[in-house]
Amino acid sequence: MKIKQVSVFLENKPGRLYEVCKHLADADINLVTLSLADTEQFGILRLIVEDWEKAKQLMEADGRVVKIVDVVATEIKDEPGGLARVLKVFDEANVNVEYMYAFTRKMEDSAILILRFDNPDFAIEALQKAGIRVISSEELFKNLR
Amino acid sequence: MHYALIPTMKDLSFPPRIWNPAECMDREALNALQLYRLKEAVARMSIVPMYQKKFKEAGVSVEDIKTLDDIRRLPFTTKQDLREGYPLDYIAVHRSEIARIHGSSGTTGKPTFMAYTQEDLRTWADLCSRFLVAGGLQPHHLVQISFGYGMFTGGFGLHYGVENVGAAVIPLAAGNTPRQVMSLMDLKPETLICTPSYATVIAEEVQRQGITPDELPLKYAHVGSEPWTEDMRHRIQDAMGIMVFDNWGLSEAFGPGVSGECVYQHGMHIQEDRFIVECLDPDTLEPVKPGELGELVITSLSRKAMSIIRYRTRDLAYILDEGPCKCGRTTKRMSRIKGRSDDMFIIRGVNVFPTQIEEALLRVKGTAPHYVIEIDRPGAMDEMTVNVEILPEYFSDKMSDMKEISQKIGDAIKSVTGVRAKLNLVQYATLERFLGKAKRVIDKRKLG
Repeated sequence: MKIKQVSVFLENKPGRLYEVCKHLADADINLVTLSLADTEQFGILRLIVEDWEKAKQLMEADGRVVKIVDVVATEIKDEPGGLARVLKVFDEANVNVEYMYAFTRKMEDSAILILRFDNPDFAIEALQKAGIRVISSEELFKNLR
Repeated sequence: MHYALIPTMKDLSFPPRIWNPAECMDREALNALQLYRLKEAVARMSIVPMYQKKFKEAGVSVEDIKTLDDIRRLPFTTKQDLREGYPLDYIAVHRSEIARIHGSSGTTGKPTFMAYTQEDLRTWADLCSRFLVAGGLQPHHLVQISFGYGMFTGGFGLHYGVENVGAAVIPLAAGNTPRQVMSLMDLKPETLICTPSYATVIAEEVQRQGITPDELPLKYAHVGSEPWTEDMRHRIQDAMGIMVFDNWGLSEAFGPGVSGECVYQHGMHIQEDRFIVECLDPDTLEPVKPGELGELVITSLSRKAMSIIRYRTRDLAYILDEGPCKCGRTTKRMSRIKGRSDDMFIIRGVNVFPTQIEEALLRVKGTAPHYVIEIDRPGAMDEMTVNVEILPEYFSDKMSDMKEISQKIGDAIKSVTGVRAKLNLVQYATLERFLGKAKRVIDKRKLG
């Protein structure tokens, strides 16, 4: 039920983000979503792509430092309170969200949340118990094609 | 005189005074005195086991010193030698004769301790008095000392030098810049003593408060213990309407007082009756010609507690190719310090060696021992930025992990060097790998 996230270390210099995106575009890799955490000194780019192995290979061949981690994807209704319902589950199960980002899809009234936990399996269990749908890799990318 | 160029109505002239006649000896008499004192120093240090061994290895003893040129037969003393003699293996007197101990500034791990007898403290005060008087100090003056006190030789060295002249000290020490300016305005000292970078900070505070050079009672400043430039001198002089004089010294040879400028601000007069300063090519260790840059190698002739022989200062400068000075002093003059023959750098008055940064990085898991240090002076104060590579296995998608590594590196550098650095985490394998001598320090400060 987990999704692979590609994390890339970026120096805080002009053009670094562009270089990564350009390289992926040239290899015909579509970015489903991304999030960028940055400080004055450096940034961490987190990417969701279907062919994460190819993306990792490309980045590493480029000399970049890449890390693959499991994240959890869940679908919420694109309406007020949609996110709060999910977060309440974690609060009650005492699960700490390391970070999260969200995106909406074309022509649908739902949003996808990408969540990072130290223990994703435990978080998935909590979500399923609360009756909240966890999206698998297949589903996530199928709908996008 | 140069002070005519300073934009102020203040009278900066002062009576030409020589503190000690030794500053004006004729060359022949001076050389004879140097030779006599050199023999004394070698004999004095021959009772120290560390030197016994050195002299034996070099096959030289006090009987071999027949002319001043024979100094070249004597072995060098390095910082490493002094470290190996920790804490006080180099003293040539009984412990009970020690009147004071100072320590080298900055270097961590173990410091190097320097001892002084009662007589040494008097000699040292006299040495400081010489350059203070050469730079305008008079007995009725007030002097604000804005140097750090403590193990650092600057504060106490100058303190006793000022009192020795009969002038009064305001021992304000460094820090709290508005208070420094308040003291300059209210107590009206004629002279300020501090590092050149702190003089710049004080000058900026004076300007910020809208105090004009004519309103500021200050007339002179003596700055030292840090490399600086002629540009900085002009900036400080113009902002405060004062004359700024350079002085040089190091704790291995008392501290401040080895050399200092006179009213003509043209080279620092070396106190040759107390020190022999050689200027050598750092690679061949052969003397360079006057006017050529070389490493200063210094022998303390009359320090009773420890007359360090041929100490390699690693400071690069040149000896002026000129005769006696217009001020009447006959002593040789040296240029300001132009750089280092090793890769040590001085930041905010603290000595830092790149190897210390390496040591700090090795303490922190997750960093590669590749780094580049950039030093800059964006405002008045020095800033050190360390570029560090993060090892791939320690890269994390979590910001908290990355911040933790970054914090640990910063703390390690601070604990090893005593200086807080700005950190720049860079991509693994992007810093240059050096095959030969590594160039790890980029000094962007403009130090002519």
